[in-house]
Amino acid sequence: MSKRGWFPLLLMASLATVLCFLTLPIVAIFVDTSPLALLSSLHEEGALEALRLSIVCSAIAVVIIVLVGTPAAYLLASRRFRGRATLVTLIELPLVLPPAVAGIGLLAALGPNGLLGSRIEDAGINLVLTTAGVVVALTFVSAPFFLRQVQSAFEALDHTWLEASRTLGASESRTFLAVAIPTAGPGLISGLALAWGRALGEFGATLMFAGSFRGITQTVPLAIYQDFSTDFTGALSLSAVLVAVSVALLLSVKLLSGAEWLGGAAR
Amino acid sequence: MRTRWPVGLVVLILVAAGCGSESGGASEPTLTVSAATSLKNAFTAYGKEFKQAEATFSFAGSDELAAQIQQGVKPDVFAAANTKLPDQLFAKGLVKKPKVFAGNRLVLAVSANNARVASLRDLEQDGVTVAIGAPSVPVGAYTRTVLGKLPPSQSQAIKANVRSEEPDVGGIVGKLSTDAADAGFVYISDVRGAGGRLRAIELPKKAQPSVAYGVAVVKGAKQPKQAEAFIDGLVSGPGQQELKAAGFEPPPAE
Repeated sequence: MSKRGWFPLLLMASLATVLCFLTLPIVAIFVDTSPLALLSSLHEEGALEALRLSIVCSAIAVVIIVLVGTPAAYLLASRRFRGRATLVTLIELPLVLPPAVAGIGLLAALGPNGLLGSRIEDAGINLVLTTAGVVVALTFVSAPFFLRQVQSAFEALDHTWLEASRTLGASESRTFLAVAIPTAGPGLISGLALAWGRALGEFGATLMFAGSFRGITQTVPLAIYQDFSTDFTGALSLSAVLVAVSVALLLSVKLLSGAEWLGGAAR
Repeated sequence: MRTRWPVGLVVLILVAAGCGSESGGASEPTLTVSAATSLKNAFTAYGKEFKQAEATFSFAGSDELAAQIQQGVKPDVFAAANTKLPDQLFAKGLVKKPKVFAGNRLVLAVSANNARVASLRDLEQDGVTVAIGAPSVPVGAYTRTVLGKLPPSQSQAIKANVRSEEPDVGGIVGKLSTDAADAGFVYISDVRGAGGRLRAIELPKKAQPSVAYGVAVVKGAKQPKQAEAFIDGLVSGPGQQELKAAGFEPPPAE
């Protein structure tokens, strides 16, 4: 009995540890913030502006990522070619880059003195210290989360379906749009949620590449950092708002992907 | 192939651990110093000369460091780019009596190869981008003092060109040396420390704020004796020498 008993106990203990460690900071944010403080923090000028900016910039980044990333992930998932593994690794590299490295890299590539800096300037585009720069930083750090997830969703597809579609005379583009995307739907949506969540939380690359200015480049994480030194309660309530928005996003995406899944199955 | 991976990793970790322990003898106590970003060069040099303890530094905006101390973080020494923050912490009983140990001068800095800005007046032009410190960090507060002393039309025009409010002076220097912004308000010691990458444009004397650096032993410090010794060396001793070498000025007369 005792011999059989210790292993499940160990499993439970480690799960309990994981749960405590990962949820405690989030619980603490809400314990320290009264709902009233949370609401009143939203009335502060800077907070609403930061929230609006965060949502708009991350939404634009996610749209770009989905539009460009989905076909790219499909190509990686459906073809075998030389150098594919290297390519996948290169695309996943930003996942392990510290945000500060991402920020420096973006400056070195797209900044005024960067590799492509003068060409971008000649085209009349200014990214550094602008809202567009925030979108670029968010896209850079969060795209790999989507690509990775979607690539494995496409890889997990039942290939007989795709072949059936082709033998029935559908073109490859039609197969991609009408078969691959709907069946990989849940994977696409969870990739989208991951990327969006990462984009909402981005801090370092945004600060280094786009700077921090209220209403233009100061997203919620930057506003939290700025508030921290002068107004800890304000920073705490803004953090609570960001957690709430992220949770709402995750939940709605999960619900949506459930619906999509049912829709896909009914079809 | 698959088994070689972890072995390589273990070797890497061991080598990394070896690198760290080589310099830090077990006999020397560790002194943790929270210091304003602008003190980085001077303190790093002073830390190497400081013999009573192995000095380790945490550099950030003075306001962030003060907020950490308010939240219960206990370094041994807190050094800020103003006297307000150490005085506030002293009033709350979180640090011992602060001492003033250095002064500094605010300047307008531009990247060495920037041709757009040659004077303070150039900041009023359309399309010039300016980086300043956030209001809560000392360099940002000093900058607002400077702008407040300029004629209103001029300071309005400059404020309209501000594109980033950085959490510390390091952020401003970074934006300037990568040409992400045309100009920024920093300390003269930052321009000195940037080693030729930045050029300083002096501000009108009457707009110059009085910049004084305060330092204090944190209450509950693990190494209070070494902390006192560190501060003594800053006020008069090798620390003061390093501050001078880094371009700091003597504390302003009250």
